[in-house]
Amino acid sequence: MLRVDVLKRLGDFTVEVKFTAAGRVTGLFGSSGAGKTSLVNMIAGLMKPDRGVIAIGDDVLDDTAAGIHVAPHRRRIGYVFQDARLFPHLSVAQNLHYGRRMNGVADDPARTRRVVDLLDISKLLARRTGQLSGGERQRVALGRALLMQPRLLLLDEPLGSLDGARKAEILPYLIRLRDEAGVPMVYVTHDPNELRRLEAEVVVLRRGRVAALGAAESVLADVTPQLVD
Amino acid sequence: MLDISPAEWTAVLLSLRVGLVATLVATPIGIATGWLLARHQFWGKSALDAAIHLPLVLPPVVTGYLLLLTFGRKGLIGGWLADHLGIVFSFRWTGAALACGIMSFPLLVRPIRLSIEAVDRRLEQAASTLGAAPWKVFLTVTLPLALPGVLAGMVLGFAKAIGEFGATITFVSNIPGETQTISAAIYTLTQTPDGDAAALRLVAVSVVISMIALIASEWFARRATQRLHGT
Repeated sequence: MLRVDVLKRLGDFTVEVKFTAAGRVTGLFGSSGAGKTSLVNMIAGLMKPDRGVIAIGDDVLDDTAAGIHVAPHRRRIGYVFQDARLFPHLSVAQNLHYGRRMNGVADDPARTRRVVDLLDISKLLARRTGQLSGGERQRVALGRALLMQPRLLLLDEPLGSLDGARKAEILPYLIRLRDEAGVPMVYVTHDPNELRRLEAEVVVLRRGRVAALGAAESVLADVTPQLVD
Repeated sequence: MLDISPAEWTAVLLSLRVGLVATLVATPIGIATGWLLARHQFWGKSALDAAIHLPLVLPPVVTGYLLLLTFGRKGLIGGWLADHLGIVFSFRWTGAALACGIMSFPLLVRPIRLSIEAVDRRLEQAASTLGAAPWKVFLTVTLPLALPGVLAGMVLGFAKAIGEFGATITFVSNIPGETQTISAAIYTLTQTPDGDAAALRLVAVSVVISMIALIASEWFARRATQRLHGT
């Protein structure tokens, strides 16, 4: 279970968010500038809250009152960025194994095969990252995050840089991920349809604060992308 | 090809040795310095930056004389090193390497610093979320991506080290077989009657070495750039 209760000032903008997430997919929903990415960066440890607590189960990652801030590389939280951020000097296979190597985890070929099959990237392994399409890049980024064996997966608008057809291509993989990988996900988006498809528990953010909480179907019932943007 | 005498060969090989040692020792220090300047704000940063560039603007003779004062047998650091560690710089080829290393350092650091500044920090963030401790991020992401700059800096530094004259001759003099590099040998030959032919041979050798260094750096840079674009 993910527990977030943080405050962060960014210039004259303040993110002040409190929620707990126990479901398989937690959606962070809101227009751009609502504070979604700042919040995810805090969960990943890339940004330090001014005040508050972030914890997974009993494991406290941030507690400003107790002076706790666990460094990003010690959190074991997978992060899939909107822009994939694959390492250009490494092959696809080397990218996939990067997290596993950095964490000193022995190679488990069966596990690797499962992830590669799940994301359908076996044909890409020998390629350089510059030769991948946008959708392929996101699938490799997902695989890279999964293979580090995270206890939580953060996805920051993973479909944000893709066109409609590519989105339709990736969404089924995300649904399979939800059902088969067994890793809880925090999914950031400004597209309510993605959250409906993923049947997410949704936290609606507006100007840095929680505006609503609940199941995608009910919370997003009357929200359309046009109104949000 | 050219009829190069053993004495001339000695100067050529000594130059190569001095240049290589100076570059290889200076490179890790240059990478650390470049990283410090590119990625950190600290008190005295401008002063450090200025100190590194000083050899570029000071007359080489001044740098050489300062080296003599500090690293000479009676110098503050040189005396201590000689008494405690048995390391002597003055009038030795190691002193020539030290002089060349310091003179070429600004040229070595600059491309390294620029290429580290150019590394996308978002990739470093991605690496840290994947479990890489800061030093591992540096070794597996920052340094490989900055490699073209490191190689360019090494080649520039090496070329400068090979050609260094003023500081070297002031600090360690012009002793054949010990501190007489190509530059010093050419200088001596131009002061000697009938030295023109030998001087020209050494000129030709230094042109060839410089050309090889430049071509090699181009080749490395091209390969590295291809790697970085992930194609």
